[in-house]
Parts: sequence; C-alpha cells; structure tokens
Amino acid sequence: MNKNLRRKDRLLRELPLHFMLLPAIILVAVYSYGSMIGTVIAFQKFIPANGLFGSDWIGFSNFRNLFTMPNIWQVLRNTVAISLFKMAGGVIVPVVFALLLNEVASRFAKRSLQTIVYLPNFLSWVILAGIFTDILSPGTGIINMLLGKIGIQPIFFLGSQTWFPITMVLTDIWKTFGFNSVIYLAALTSIDPSLYESAEIDGAGRWKQTLHITLPGILSTMVLMTVLAMGNILNGGFDQIYNLYSPSVYATGDILDTFVFRLGIQNAQYALSTAAGLFKSAVSLIFIAASYWLADKFAGYRIF
Amino acid sequence: MKIKQSLPRNIFLVFNYLFLVVIALICLLPFVNLLAISFSAKLPVAAGEVSFWPIGFTTDAYAFIMHSGAFTTALIVSIKRTVLGVCINLVLIILTAYPLSKSKKDFRLRSVYSWYFVATILLSGGMIPMYMVVRYTGLIDSIWSLVLPGALPVFSMLVVMNYMRSLPQELEEAAYIDGANHTQTLLKVILPVCAPTIATVTLFAFVGHWNSWFDGMIYMNKVENYPMQSYLQTVVINPEAFFRNTSNASADIMRFAAMVNARTSNAAQLFLATIPILLVYPFLQKYFTTGLVMGSVKG
Repeated sequence: MNKNLRRKDRLLRELPLHFMLLPAIILVAVYSYGSMIGTVIAFQKFIPANGLFGSDWIGFSNFRNLFTMPNIWQVLRNTVAISLFKMAGGVIVPVVFALLLNEVASRFAKRSLQTIVYLPNFLSWVILAGIFTDILSPGTGIINMLLGKIGIQPIFFLGSQTWFPITMVLTDIWKTFGFNSVIYLAALTSIDPSLYESAEIDGAGRWKQTLHITLPGILSTMVLMTVLAMGNILNGGFDQIYNLYSPSVYATGDILDTFVFRLGIQNAQYALSTAAGLFKSAVSLIFIAASYWLADKFAGYRIF
Repeated sequence: MKIKQSLPRNIFLVFNYLFLVVIALICLLPFVNLLAISFSAKLPVAAGEVSFWPIGFTTDAYAFIMHSGAFTTALIVSIKRTVLGVCINLVLIILTAYPLSKSKKDFRLRSVYSWYFVATILLSGGMIPMYMVVRYTGLIDSIWSLVLPGALPVFSMLVVMNYMRSLPQELEEAAYIDGANHTQTLLKVILPVCAPTIATVTLFAFVGHWNSWFDGMIYMNKVENYPMQSYLQTVVINPEAFFRNTSNASADIMRFAAMVNARTSNAAQLFLATIPILLVYPFLQKYFTTGLVMGSVKG
C-alpha cells in the first residue's frame, strides 16, 4: 500500500517533466524523424504528385544508377581529398598558433591577437565567399595586385582546377584556425607549472620544454579533436564550396553535397539525389559512431 | 628567474611577435580591403586600384542600398527570423535540458528521451525529404520554415544539460524540501545559476540564425521573403540568377547600375551584413570560448 502510494507520488512528480519535453518531441518528430521517413523515396521510382508512399518501389536501383554515373567516383575522391587536407590543417595550424601565442607574455597583445583571428569564424560563407571572390579575382583582386608587384603572373585561384581545391583548404583553415586554437590554449593552461620549474632546474631549454612537456600535455586534446573530426570525412564543406565554385572547376572541386544539391534542386532528380544523400548519411554514421566510440575509449569524452 | 633572458630567446620572441602580427593582418586585411572598396569611387574600384584606404571617398554605395528596397526588405526578414528563432531555440533548449538533466532515479525515461534527441545528430533525412516535410506542413514562403525545422538545436541542448548536471545536487533537494514544484525549481533555482551557459547557447543560436542562407533559398519562392544571407547569396555570389528573374530588374536596380560599381555596392552590403556580428562580438569572445571549452573538455 505504502509502496503503491510512493509509486503514484513518483509518477505525479515526473509528469511535469514529460510535459516539458512535449513541444520538442513533437517538433523533432515532424521535422527530423519525418524527413528520415522521407528517405524512403530513395527506393522508389519517385513521382512527386503521388506522395511519399504512392510511387513504385524499385529496390536499390537508384543506388545502382548513382554509382554508374560518370562523375560519382571523381566527386567522392574530391570530397575525401578536400576534407582530409582540411582535417590535417585544422589540427596542425591551430596547435602551432596556440603554441606561439602561448609564448607572448603581454596579456594585452595576446587578447588583441585573439580578437582579430577569431573574427572570420563567426561570419557566414556567403559573406566570406563575397569577400574572397573579390580579393582573389585575377583582374582586380588585391591578392593578384600584390603578387603582380613582385612579378608573379595573375593566379586564377577560383577558376583553375589545380588551384581551386588548394584555395578551399587554405581559406577554410583561414576561417577556422583562430577559433580552433581556443581549445588548445585551454589545454595549455591546464599543464602543471611545476613541470616547467623542475625542467628549468634540470637545465632544459625552452625548446626542450616544448618538446617534452608542452606537446605531450596537449597530445590528448589533439587526438580527441582529430578523432572527432573523422565524422566529417564526407563533408567537404558545402557552404564554402557552393558559394565559390563554378562549372570550370567541377573536375577537382565538386563534392558530394554540391553534387546532391545539383542533382536534386537543379535537375529535379529527387530520388537519385535522396539516394546519394542516404549513402552519405550511412557512411557518415559509421564514421561518427566510430569516432565517438574511440573518443570515449581513449579520452573519456562523452557527449551526454 | 625571468629577469635575465638569453639572446636567442629574445631573437625568438621578436620573430614570434612579427610572425603573429603578420598572421593577424592576414585575418584582418580582407575586411579592411572590403571596407575601403565600399567607400571608394566607381572608377578606381573598376580599375582595381583600391587597396586598404578608400580612393575618391564617397558614400554612394551605402546611399544606393538604403534607397533600393531589396536590402531593407531582406534585413527585416533576417531580424524577424533571428528574434523568433532565438526565442524558440532558447525555450526548447531549457524545457528539454532540465528534464534530461535529472538522474535516472528521478526521471526514469531519461535515457530513452535522450537517445530520441541524440539520434537526430547522427541521422538526418537529407535535403529533398526535408523540403517535402516543410512543404507538407505548409511552411513554404513562410517565416516559420526558417525557424521550426531546427527548433531544438540538440548540441546546444546537450551543453546546457551537461551544465545543469554539474550543479550540486543540494540546490534541487533544498528547493524540493521547501515544497517547490518542477516549474518553480527550474525558473527560480536552476535557471539563475545557468546564466553563463544560457548566454553561450543564445549566442550560438543568434549566429546560427543570422548566418543561415540555404534554408531561405530553398524554402522561399519569392525573393522578398529571403533573409539577408540568402539575398546576398543571390545578389553577390550568383547575380545572373537574380537578374534573370525580370521582376527583380526594377527601375531601382537599373538606376543603381549607372550609379555605382557592382563591386562597391557588393562590398557595402557585405559589410552591413557583418555589423550585427561585430556588435555581439565582445560577448561572443567571452561566452563562446567558455562554452566551447565547457562543452568539449568535460569528462
């Protein structure tokens, strides 16, 4: 009897918690889970007028068609290549920047430098693409104007197949390195200062200290960030590339997301586009799950 | 110990300073260039002579933008979607984070609900299915299409939830013993101490809404419903598509072609669109960094 009362009491006490969750549950059900259900069109000969379940089911035929498209392998190669270089640069550059900034003694100088380098991170790729299209233009852009002064011929950063992926990697690093260094600066402050003191007594120079104390001290953070970045292997960076590319650089610059977009919105190949998106989600899911598992196992990192 | 420093160390420090200043300039100068172009006269800009200081100072480009209605229309849409979006995001984040921050003892379905939300980070429907859901729910060409599909930012919710869980248990117990119900506990006890995390996720939401452009482009059929970033995407990045739609080539825009160079007006519009970010930037620096560190280094 007493136990029953307690149970009822508990249910009553938990009830408001369920109600609090209700609005979010409904919206997530409609938009997130609704669109997940919508991926069934990847297995249909989809006719929009027939609705979600009204078209003929054709199994994996959309996927077969997708992988016999002439460009698909090139697109996959571009995606993986661009994101791998972004990942590598996205760890190395912020680490080096954090190490160098850590050597600056003046607090004022440190803060000013941080204020400046964090800024690009908060601007959208639409704005940044507008700026880069202007400054990288071979005719009037300031970069080529400056290069011209030291006798270098104009470079078609956004129009040449060789330069386009390089420009994507460099501009992405430019946008994100400052802000990504925050996490390493935090890791640097958590290194025990007594380690440096005893190293100094042992006669270790600054360089030796960096090599044997600082780097090992932030290694686990570096590993964690690298592992978490793995989930992005098929994200070449849609916002950036869509706003900067043009048909002349499709050969080296077209990535899976831009390909899916053109297929779906511009060519109205809804089922094929959804199949490509589903393929991407499936592969990404494996990578994300693996990266979270690794992060938990080796760094004790959990998202919830 | 630091009074006397060796010569190599000093040389290193000088080069380090120089190097870092160069890096900072590389981050800053593109914006200076943009600003200089936006205040320069048409001819030097067209000739590619402007670097970091305006040539033939003029505010024509800004005057034009204020006169042509398109920019202002997009600005109003952006303000509306940002205010509405941030409010909805915050309410849902708080209403979701609080129950999920309970221990399993206090809220038995906690992990079921948690997985329900976290699964949406791992799985997503993709572009076309999402478009169809937005259309089925009747949101095409409505401001709600920019707000409802991402109404609960799950990652931000997890940041707040983790923060709530890190609070001392005694806080809630004391409130419970005093006879407070969940709503009172949340509003009077938990929320006040969560202010820094709430600030962080508010800024996340603000930047996210202000910067998004893709949803506006695909869910809005009429250009006058475009938020700022979608408008800029079509006008600055993809102008052929914008002018192909003859209704956009109004008398206003024709006059603009005569008055200013496309580069100057683009530069002015890009700069104006970054002002809101610059305004919240001091707060961004403060709370984003703490939020990021909090969210990531947490064990």
